[in-house]
Amino acid sequence: MTGSDQNKAPGSIGGSIGSVRDQVRQPLWLLAELTYACPLQCPYCSNPMDFANVKKELTTEEWLDVFRQARAMGATQLGLSGGEPLTRPDLVELVREARKMGFYTNLITSGVGMDASKVAELKEAGLDHIQVSFQASSEDLNNLIAGTDAFQHKIEMAKAVKANGYPMVLCFVTHRQNIDHMEEILDLAINLDADYVELATTQYYGWAMHNRDQLLPMKDQLERAEAIAHRYQEEQKGNMKIYYVVPDYYEERPKACMNGWGNVFLTVTPDGTALPCHAARELPGMSLPNVKDMSVKEIWEGSDDFNKYRGFEWMSEPCRSCDEKEKDFGGCRCQAFKMTGDATNADPVCSKSPHHHLVEEALESGRLEAAKEKVDQKPLVFRNPKNSKKISGL
Amino acid sequence: MTERVFNADSVPALALGYRFQWEPAQNCNVLLYPEGMVKLNGAAGEILKRISEKKQTVAELIAELKAAFDGADLDDDVYQFLEEAYNNDWIRPE
Repeated sequence: MTGSDQNKAPGSIGGSIGSVRDQVRQPLWLLAELTYACPLQCPYCSNPMDFANVKKELTTEEWLDVFRQARAMGATQLGLSGGEPLTRPDLVELVREARKMGFYTNLITSGVGMDASKVAELKEAGLDHIQVSFQASSEDLNNLIAGTDAFQHKIEMAKAVKANGYPMVLCFVTHRQNIDHMEEILDLAINLDADYVELATTQYYGWAMHNRDQLLPMKDQLERAEAIAHRYQEEQKGNMKIYYVVPDYYEERPKACMNGWGNVFLTVTPDGTALPCHAARELPGMSLPNVKDMSVKEIWEGSDDFNKYRGFEWMSEPCRSCDEKEKDFGGCRCQAFKMTGDATNADPVCSKSPHHHLVEEALESGRLEAAKEKVDQKPLVFRNPKNSKKISGL
Repeated sequence: MTERVFNADSVPALALGYRFQWEPAQNCNVLLYPEGMVKLNGAAGEILKRISEKKQTVAELIAELKAAFDGADLDDDVYQFLEEAYNNDWIRPE
């Protein structure tokens, strides 16, 4: 999965579709993780650590069936993601059919595996929007973080996207290793004539959690970066829109994760597992319903997984009696579980949480790691099948 | 209020990446854009539907709406909506 997906769940999707929350729950957003195959190895990937365990991907027909079902239930936005969705040979066909069904089709890609003719082909098939993710602003850092030589190619692809009449949407996932390059990042976006730039702070799930000590930005880094982002926002008004997502580890209140569990968001993973968010596979006690075994409607309305954290009954204190629970839903279930061991706890990002000290401790641990001499620092663990197998004991 | 973007001769168009469509599941017209959706009320839907379907000036658009809605006096409402829609980045003058 490329960087922007990380940002998506809590930020842009929730925000932009938030205005329709007065309705009954509908899976307005279908995120189709078409594949776990990816030429990049980003150490902050939100794919599960054991992705190498997934061998069999849904077929073209199975995907189209999922699209049709979700569309009939009211889904309008389709995110085509992964892994790298361009590795699916049927991508153009999936786009064409999805567009015919009336989806707004979003391709979330690293641009690796794309060429100018592919962009044109996707355009012809009716693709609405391409988002290209960058790992950093400079070739060396980008390639280091992506674990591959991709930078020049990405630049060319970003230009091809623009040349085909798409709005250019760039996504940079920021973390300790690249956040000091905020000016260069934004200058690169200006040079590429971007229409939208997402500065997405790394969120700590999957591989990012594993590499958290090496990725957490320092407070002074953030303050500098934020000031620069705001300055560019002012300067670029009417020209380029810059979305800056504040990292929640430095916040006092949690994000309204997924705009509420099982509320508007549906992820289907490469093997057909349906999840209320793309990190939820990591939670304990999930039944992991699969679209091959039951209908999307049955999963959305009736499955234990999707009902587990709907509403407010499942909450423990301080969320249960909190007057902000309808605003933030107690934050992120995965973050609550990852950090406190219990997914029904408040997201420890919240200063009202009795576990808030765990966030402080994580930041301190990151600070200690950052203070070490380069040679003594833990190396980043890159997201690739070898590491996946090793870490997951496969 | 800043200066008006649209006058009688302007030709409004949907902004790059925006799409107008009827959504049966929502029972209303919507605007779709990268990773988002706006549900439109009746009047907004009537205006944006016409903007998405063909190129015409604001004057022509208003005439068409008047013809469709019994000559109602809607000039000010249309101008006000166009400015709002522009400020929301939904439309732009060609």
